[in-house]
Amino acid sequence: MSFQFLLQQCLIGLTNGALIALVALGYTMVYGIIGLINFAHGDLIMLGACLALSLVGALGMTAAGPATTWVGIGGLVLICGLFCGLLNVAVDRIVYKPLRNAPKLAPLVSAIGVSFIFMNVGLFWLGPADKSFPELLPSTNLLHNDALQFTWKDLLVVLIVGPLMVALSVLVKGTKLGKAMRAVSQDPTAAALVGVDVDRVIAATFFIGGFLGGAASVIYGLYINTIGFQMGFQNGLYAFTAAVLGGIGSIPGAVLGGLVIGLVRALASAYVGERWTGAIVFAILIVILVFRPEGLLGRRVKEKV
Amino acid sequence: MSNNRSPRTSAPPDPSTGPWAFLAQRWELVTLGVLAIAPLVIPALGGALGGQVTNLFIYCILALALNVMVGYTGLVHLGIASFFGIGAYVLAILTVPMYPFQIGFLAAAVIAVLVTAGTGLALGAPTLRLRGDYLAIVTLGFGEVVKVTLRNLEQITGGMKGLNPVPPPGAGVTLGGIDLGKEFAIDPRWFYYLALLSLAGVVLAMRRLENSRLGRALVAVREDELAAQAMGISATKVKLAAFAMSSAVAGLAGCLYAASLSTTADPNAYDFNRSIMVLCAVILGGLGSIPGTLLGVAILVGFDTVLAPWADSWIQQMNVNPKGLSYLSFSGWRLAIFGVALVLVMRYRPEGLIPSRRLAAELHEGGAGS
Repeated sequence: MSFQFLLQQCLIGLTNGALIALVALGYTMVYGIIGLINFAHGDLIMLGACLALSLVGALGMTAAGPATTWVGIGGLVLICGLFCGLLNVAVDRIVYKPLRNAPKLAPLVSAIGVSFIFMNVGLFWLGPADKSFPELLPSTNLLHNDALQFTWKDLLVVLIVGPLMVALSVLVKGTKLGKAMRAVSQDPTAAALVGVDVDRVIAATFFIGGFLGGAASVIYGLYINTIGFQMGFQNGLYAFTAAVLGGIGSIPGAVLGGLVIGLVRALASAYVGERWTGAIVFAILIVILVFRPEGLLGRRVKEKV
Repeated sequence: MSNNRSPRTSAPPDPSTGPWAFLAQRWELVTLGVLAIAPLVIPALGGALGGQVTNLFIYCILALALNVMVGYTGLVHLGIASFFGIGAYVLAILTVPMYPFQIGFLAAAVIAVLVTAGTGLALGAPTLRLRGDYLAIVTLGFGEVVKVTLRNLEQITGGMKGLNPVPPPGAGVTLGGIDLGKEFAIDPRWFYYLALLSLAGVVLAMRRLENSRLGRALVAVREDELAAQAMGISATKVKLAAFAMSSAVAGLAGCLYAASLSTTADPNAYDFNRSIMVLCAVILGGLGSIPGTLLGVAILVGFDTVLAPWADSWIQQMNVNPKGLSYLSFSGWRLAIFGVALVLVMRYRPEGLIPSRRLAAELHEGGAGS
């Protein structure tokens, strides 16, 4: 258990964490804006991964040269992102929108229902067994160091997640839509009073969350290399934990939470044992919720009367 | 708030008049009577069918346990199966030959129920101040932790093999020349009656609870916690009581489950899927409504054990699916059907099939929810 080993685990953890963060953003943005725990988000990403796998097969990407592969991956991210984004908007329009004023239990349970429907679609798409996702990138080490591995796959995660995060923060901080989103998440009624089209903003939020999830699904396939119709639940739960850890509703919080959860998972797998990882992550989730429900970067929400 | 009941044309007819008045008001007794006589009349209940119906009763108990949390108190609980599992494992540890205790079913069941109630309190106490959806996540996480722990503590829980054989209730007890343990092992009707008796007991207890001071306090906390506290109700105590009662009843269901299967089965039997299916049953039938909850379980279990196999074999006979494609079989659509049902129920009838009157009023109020 040398220092090198620890460093390697941290590197794995941070790369995984970047992936988790991308999914966590989808949870945190939707929660921030309509207060819904979108249980179907993990399964949405599963469907994105299904589409990515089908596209890789249909386009014959396994036989492409390196340059074409990178362009192809860019295309996959775009297509799967659009697919998941539009699907997310459609679900919001059909299922959640009529329940905007219902008690909180109603959209939560509907989201569980949507998650079931997605899982069934995934079951038809992939079949009951896990499918392997082809290795499109060579696993050569980019660092000239035998003990420390950083492969093309790891680089891919950084290359996709980094720009997406920058684009997201520019969007939220610098554009009119971003301002409207922040306004709606603070107070939908007041936002509507000053002329914000609340429904459009909510739809945009679902789209952005879904798009990031679609991008995450491509990375997931290329990085983890195994997808299955039940992957959504577990991964969604990790990502949700990350969102809560960072402070649900907070965008930087989701990123920080994702990285922390990634690190915790990697270190727990390395030093405690892979099979305890899930229990450790969820135990952390419970402890955080009990002692600091607003998360690391979240604001404390006053109970409304 | 609850006076503001919106008029609904589809409301059931007033049960206090008409020729069916007796049946409508005493539906529990009538059903209990029919179910008690059934095994004497229907010989199939002495076979595999008897086991399935016993299972149905056990799930009914589990769903009623969840109903205390979600229905009466309005606390979303996504980990009820973990308490089901803890009950099953505690019973197994206290009775299987592998361990030195072997204290017999009744004593073990009492201890198991106490342990699950204690676990419920231990989970409930620190999480009381969490808002609704956060509590849902904590219970979900708790369920996962319990499942992983059951699976990994192989020295204690037998890992994926589970603990077995769990001896039948009354093993070694002879009553009037009848060896009870042997009878339980041979004839499923013994378990049928044990489960039916337990279910009847739980239904009775729930009825009493609904009309008790505590039951009304639970509902008051659900409807408006601040207002309830202003009226002198201790929300902390009330919620803890809900946690303890719900966990204890789920533990009882777990005891019956392990005993009737004579094994705890593998820990995956107590995972999130089970929790969510039980929640579906409660929501589908009617939150906070005892007949609704029972009906919901009957529909879900009926779907899995009666409708799906029947429709599958019918499709097979029609020979439209020679390649065995999953989307051409009925059971392949199981998840989607449940999913659509949940979405539709939430959209058009959030109070469920047999609504509890109090909750229906609240759900149709619209505007600020709990």
